[in-house]
Amino acid sequence: MRSVVTAQDLTLKSINWKESFLTGAVMLFTALPFLALVLMLGNILLEGGKVISWGFLSQSPSGGMLHGGIFPCIFGTLMVTILMILMALPLGIGAGIYLVEYAGQGMIVRVIRAAVNNLAGVPSIVFGLFGVGFFILFIGRSMDSVLQTGLLFGQPCMIWAAATLSVLVLPIIIVSTEEALNAVPQSHRQASMALGATKWETIWNVVLPQARAGILTGAILSVSRGAGETAPILFTGCAYFLPHLPVVKLFGVIPMVNPASQFMELSYHIFVMATQSIDPIKTLPIQYGTTLVLISMTFLLNFTAIGFRIHFRRQQGSLH
Amino acid sequence: MAESLNIISEAKLRGVNLPGVSAFSIPDVLRRKDARFGDAVMENLIRFAGVSSVLIITLIFVFLFKEAVQFFNTAHLGDMIGKMVYDPWDEKQVYNMLWQPVGDVPKYSFVPILLGSFLVSFPATLMAAVVGVGCAIYLSEIAPAKVREILKPTLELLAGIPTVVIGFIMLWLVASFTQDLFHTKFRLNAFVGALGVALTTLPIIITLSEDALNAVPKELRSASYALGGTKWQTILGTVLPAGISGISAAVLLGFGRALGETMIVLMATGNAAIITLNPFSSVRTMTATIASELGEVSHGDEHYAALFLVGAVLFTLTFILNLVSEVIVSRMRRQLRM
Repeated sequence: MRSVVTAQDLTLKSINWKESFLTGAVMLFTALPFLALVLMLGNILLEGGKVISWGFLSQSPSGGMLHGGIFPCIFGTLMVTILMILMALPLGIGAGIYLVEYAGQGMIVRVIRAAVNNLAGVPSIVFGLFGVGFFILFIGRSMDSVLQTGLLFGQPCMIWAAATLSVLVLPIIIVSTEEALNAVPQSHRQASMALGATKWETIWNVVLPQARAGILTGAILSVSRGAGETAPILFTGCAYFLPHLPVVKLFGVIPMVNPASQFMELSYHIFVMATQSIDPIKTLPIQYGTTLVLISMTFLLNFTAIGFRIHFRRQQGSLH
Repeated sequence: MAESLNIISEAKLRGVNLPGVSAFSIPDVLRRKDARFGDAVMENLIRFAGVSSVLIITLIFVFLFKEAVQFFNTAHLGDMIGKMVYDPWDEKQVYNMLWQPVGDVPKYSFVPILLGSFLVSFPATLMAAVVGVGCAIYLSEIAPAKVREILKPTLELLAGIPTVVIGFIMLWLVASFTQDLFHTKFRLNAFVGALGVALTTLPIIITLSEDALNAVPKELRSASYALGGTKWQTILGTVLPAGISGISAAVLLGFGRALGETMIVLMATGNAAIITLNPFSSVRTMTATIASELGEVSHGDEHYAALFLVGAVLFTLTFILNLVSEVIVSRMRRQLRM
């Protein structure tokens, strides 16, 4: 037992106080974003849960947008994201393969990488401007004058909205493809080449199968991002209300999505209902319901992507 | 023979050109002709994909600036700051700094919307930086591995929330709450927008700051502990100074993201283009200006070009911020490797 308190003990004690205070402070800071997340989700779940029913999910808006469901928005969101991923995936994966497998370490690669990084930082509304200026006014109007279709492609419609979104998610797909390809050990490529396979045969049969999970993670994340973005599609194809689904009958029989039509979309629906509807207070339940549906969709996708990534990391760990 | 083959294929794999070895060297000759043809086709397809990503960013740049330059066909550079306008009340010419694109004399002063953008993004970045760096310190230096494994995916969920949803919550819940709390004149103001924008920039700042702290070599920490430093003396005296450039890069990137945020500011800041420095006043940002006016303009007129000019200014600002933070990060990597 010691009865004398030394000077050193005293300094340590005051340091201990300071230490616990600082630790407490950063723990509080850490708690803040998670608290915000929980409060937000709780509120949406509570208020939105009251509205969600089969009718809400399967009906069209009615009564001057004050009643009814949001089926056209769900349909539009699904279709535009499918179109988007169909356009972005081949280009993004191709660019990723090029950067990792073909390009080497030269100047071109550095330029492409810088371009991709900057593409990821461009504000989403600038993509909207690009969509209007390039896709609608330049490509769309040119298509109309060449195909003699009147004013069909030269106005906001689903295909241009999907194209704009696909440019927005391109960096996500490229970067995740690159990461997945880089994780495949160089020795596997050498083994394949040593057996006489060509470069492409090696990539197709050896590299890509191993990188599948990583690429898929990127694809899912980009679908989730695309489904939640509003600014790029404000002027490239969204509609406040449409009396019909954007569907045409091919040869008069086979129903097909019409990419030259405008469409209703979940995130845009939340925005217009909250700011420009006739009676925003009265439609608040509809807004909450739409928000809940949108959040559930993006979270489901994000959970899948996170699960894939954990699985992928484990698999990668066992390779080395 | 086998060894030289190996060297050649190895060199080709790494993209190194060996002197005296042509493109069709021994391993290629040994391969089947059809496979070689397929390879050439695929290689070109993939090169096309790689080059088109650069093409797209070039196109964005070209189209944005092509349309933006049209503004100066009818307007002067000085119009971006202000304009002499006849005031019928005072019956004289007065100098106006207004963003008022519709009217007898359209006015396109960038001062109110630039101020609006900064009035939202600056407080947002400040809040996100303080909270985010604290959070990064906890995650990287203090949190047990188990806690980190739960918190990091949760953070990704926060990052995955569509911004329109955050705007919606700000508009209906937080705006009323802050008005009751601070008794502000406007329910929707720059501060409400900043709160929402801070939420979207937080995940970026936390993730990148944590990366920067993790990149600090373990040896530095061990040295500090060996000299008798406590946990926090080590963090404040050794880890933070070593990672500060990475953290500042993260904050810069967060600032760029905050400047470009559209939906939250469109819904929660009140959209009034006023020249003010009061963060509790209604403001209109550059992004919200584009988002609320692009629907009403016709292609080719002055207003249309002005909105593209706003977009070009936004693009340039975020481009510079990205570039600076990238330079900082690469310099930090080089220093820490030393």
